[in-house]
Amino acid sequence: MKYHDIVIVGGGPAGMAAAVAAFDAGVTDVAILDREEKLGGILKQCIHNGFGLHKLGRELTGPEYADVYRAEVEKRGIAVYTNTMVTAVSPERVVTAQNRSGVLTLSAGAVVLAMGCRERSRGALNISGTRPAGVYSAGTAQKLMNCEGYRVGERVVILGSGDIGLIMARRLSLEGAKVEAVCEIMPYSGGLIRNIVQCLEDFGIPLYLSHTVAEIHGRRRVEGVTIAEVDDKRRVIEATKRYVPCDTLLLSCGLIPENELTRAAGIPMDPVTGGALVDEHRQTAVPGIFACGNVLQVHDLVDYVSDEAEIAGAGAAAFVRNKAENRAAVTTKAGNGVRYVLPQQVRADGGEDVSLFLRVVRPFGKVRYTVSDGERVLATANRLKAAPGEMEKITVSRDKWQNVTGPVTVSLEELA
Amino acid sequence: MYDVIVAGAGVIGGMLARELTRYRLSVCLLERENDVACGATKANSGIVHGGYDPEPGTLKAKMNADGVEKLFATAAELHVPASRCGSMVVAFSAEEDKTVKALFARGQANGIGGLSVLSGDEARALEPALSPAVTSALLVPNAGVVCPYQLTIAAVGNAMDNGAELKLNFEIVAVTREADGFTVTAADGQTVRGRYLVNCAGGHADAVAAMAGDGFFTLIPRAGEYMLLDRAEGERVRHTVFQVPTKEGKGVLVTPTADGNLLVGPTATRVESAESTETTPAGLETVARLAAKSVPTVNFRQVITSFSGVRASVAGGDFIIEPSKKVSGLLHVAAIDSPGLTSCVSIAEYAVTLLRGMGLATEKDPAFNGERADTHAFRRMNDAERDAFIKEHPDYGKIVCRCETVTEGEIRDALRRNPPAADIDGVKRRTRAGMGRCQGGFCMPYVMRLISEEKQIAMTDVTKNGGGSKQLKGRI
Repeated sequence: MKYHDIVIVGGGPAGMAAAVAAFDAGVTDVAILDREEKLGGILKQCIHNGFGLHKLGRELTGPEYADVYRAEVEKRGIAVYTNTMVTAVSPERVVTAQNRSGVLTLSAGAVVLAMGCRERSRGALNISGTRPAGVYSAGTAQKLMNCEGYRVGERVVILGSGDIGLIMARRLSLEGAKVEAVCEIMPYSGGLIRNIVQCLEDFGIPLYLSHTVAEIHGRRRVEGVTIAEVDDKRRVIEATKRYVPCDTLLLSCGLIPENELTRAAGIPMDPVTGGALVDEHRQTAVPGIFACGNVLQVHDLVDYVSDEAEIAGAGAAAFVRNKAENRAAVTTKAGNGVRYVLPQQVRADGGEDVSLFLRVVRPFGKVRYTVSDGERVLATANRLKAAPGEMEKITVSRDKWQNVTGPVTVSLEELA
Repeated sequence: MYDVIVAGAGVIGGMLARELTRYRLSVCLLERENDVACGATKANSGIVHGGYDPEPGTLKAKMNADGVEKLFATAAELHVPASRCGSMVVAFSAEEDKTVKALFARGQANGIGGLSVLSGDEARALEPALSPAVTSALLVPNAGVVCPYQLTIAAVGNAMDNGAELKLNFEIVAVTREADGFTVTAADGQTVRGRYLVNCAGGHADAVAAMAGDGFFTLIPRAGEYMLLDRAEGERVRHTVFQVPTKEGKGVLVTPTADGNLLVGPTATRVESAESTETTPAGLETVARLAAKSVPTVNFRQVITSFSGVRASVAGGDFIIEPSKKVSGLLHVAAIDSPGLTSCVSIAEYAVTLLRGMGLATEKDPAFNGERADTHAFRRMNDAERDAFIKEHPDYGKIVCRCETVTEGEIRDALRRNPPAADIDGVKRRTRAGMGRCQGGFCMPYVMRLISEEKQIAMTDVTKNGGGSKQLKGRI
């Protein structure tokens, strides 16, 4: 069995950044396993710009952003196994994979899980009607258009106003398709505001909030969909049903962290994030197995994926060099108005600043966040607005973590 | 001129075609769709019924009782996923307890062995997820599950390997009886001639019978809607859990599938035609509500797809398996609703007996080989076996469908092996690529490329299920 100090499962933005960070932290025997021909993950099909503003200080396309990290990986001579799919990760850090040469078994000092996420499918949404050709998840359509060079539809309805759906509305319009409508079941969009402006408003595409696709029509190919308004319990209001002729339905209804390997390894999960429970180094409850990127929590921006992966990569390197981590952990909790907080555990004892990442339950105006251990306020932060589609980050400085023993809660109050 | 034309490549036509190839006969199987198993066969519960349910003395009772063991044996011979998981019929009241006892008695009359009546607690001891409201249950140990479309694909493939011919996209529009046999004409004008014609046309059997000049029955299309759940829910129950039939209908079942998923359904709604396979919000809601009645813990957040199938029933309720009284050489095998899947091997054998009675010479063909190679062998290998196999066949090293772990080698095999897949759904039914939790989100472009390569067609001509179901609208 071959050994690597660190084995990274997945060579998208998270996997590449984790590998680079681990290497730079002094552990040079790092290997990335990726199922595709080329590193970069989903970035390869994201040919629009807007990547890298926070992390690299310049605006890049997805493939360009991936190239930056791929070059860093190559420069360091990090081992890369492409066209290699990991089929199992054991709690003892044995990674099984296969490629065209055979079955590969690697043992690792530490493992970083960076498998990304998948899109919620039509079936999971339980949209009724017929099952014709022309129903795509937005990412599948994006791949067929941007990587394979095909048009997927001429008259399109998009369900879900997540960022991929918005980006695809613009992309389809640029290729001559008519996007009839974007329906969003929630009363607000889950996408970034800049995408609503640049991808819908600039192209005159209507966004129908509190609307869903109730039915799909057409026997062989989509011929139309029934769209309808929903009430506050997201139930279709019958009287608002209307038929929209189209040949294509794109679904952009949320991303699901792809944690089948994680679950099979027996790693405890957070039901809210859909990812593993981790500490501030992004270490899961199984020692030596780390997770980062969209497999841990779905991010809005790749820049933040890279940030998170650097934490995990450095954490994995530290684990390889010095496995003992015996400090007691405190748990973090989502308080008023907050949907989740990550990391779910913090072992810091004053050694370093720790940032808490969170999402809110609904859109708010001006808010104040408070981080508290029940007795003391560890940090506060004011924001002009808060939205579920935009991840928030609050840093608690190193000195505040000393002597914290109880659970740390992040809550928000809306300011007048 | 073929000896026998079989109209319809569902599980009945497919199994009959295979049965006929045991003899020195030329057989032609006609199918209107782009693949076999595209009607009721692909969208049903996939249950091997114990045989307690049909009215004693009916063809259904006879075929079901005779069919169970034959079906499991055939599934094994064809390497089709099947499992004898047993079934339970659960009651929720004193009134329904009586029905359970009546079903037990009917099972005895039908000659079904091994049945027993359990108390609610005994049933829950065997099946802990059952509702606390269950008051009693009929336990049916000989019942099980089988994958209906894989069974059909394998049966047709085996028939073809033994010399049968399959004509797809052959939508019958005319049947002419001539002195020496039949001429069957398709919508596109092509014709096939044969001495005997067997009507296995499923939801279209009444139309085919009428075209042949013997339209004595009318099918009543009834849709059944289902939800299929992720493998994560696949062990929610071990048995197929039926409900006692009530005024609200036959009740819905909760069952593991032969492939390890959980299936709930069906409804039973009168619909317009055999093509009315759309799901409805009301239907899916009913399925969820009734399934939760038997097994309250079913996690409907794990639904990966929903579908609807149309059964072909007749007013009388029994199978129609009989030579035409008006047209010589024509055999009807029609109105095959539940327990048709369970009975398919028995029905095929019975149909051959009837054909013999109609004058068909049946001389055994010593070259017949009832075994079909195991298309899922790779999936069952351990790591060392896989490693060795990949070294011989590198395409099996490339995983295309990550959710169901399907390799390029398996997909290429499905596009070549009888009956070769011709479209995305055909690949899915044969290999499970695209059948998992992401429903083809990741693998569909790659599968399309493999279809395009293997069939030597443009990507833009790749279809979901034939006809006008092209996925792409052209190049950028």
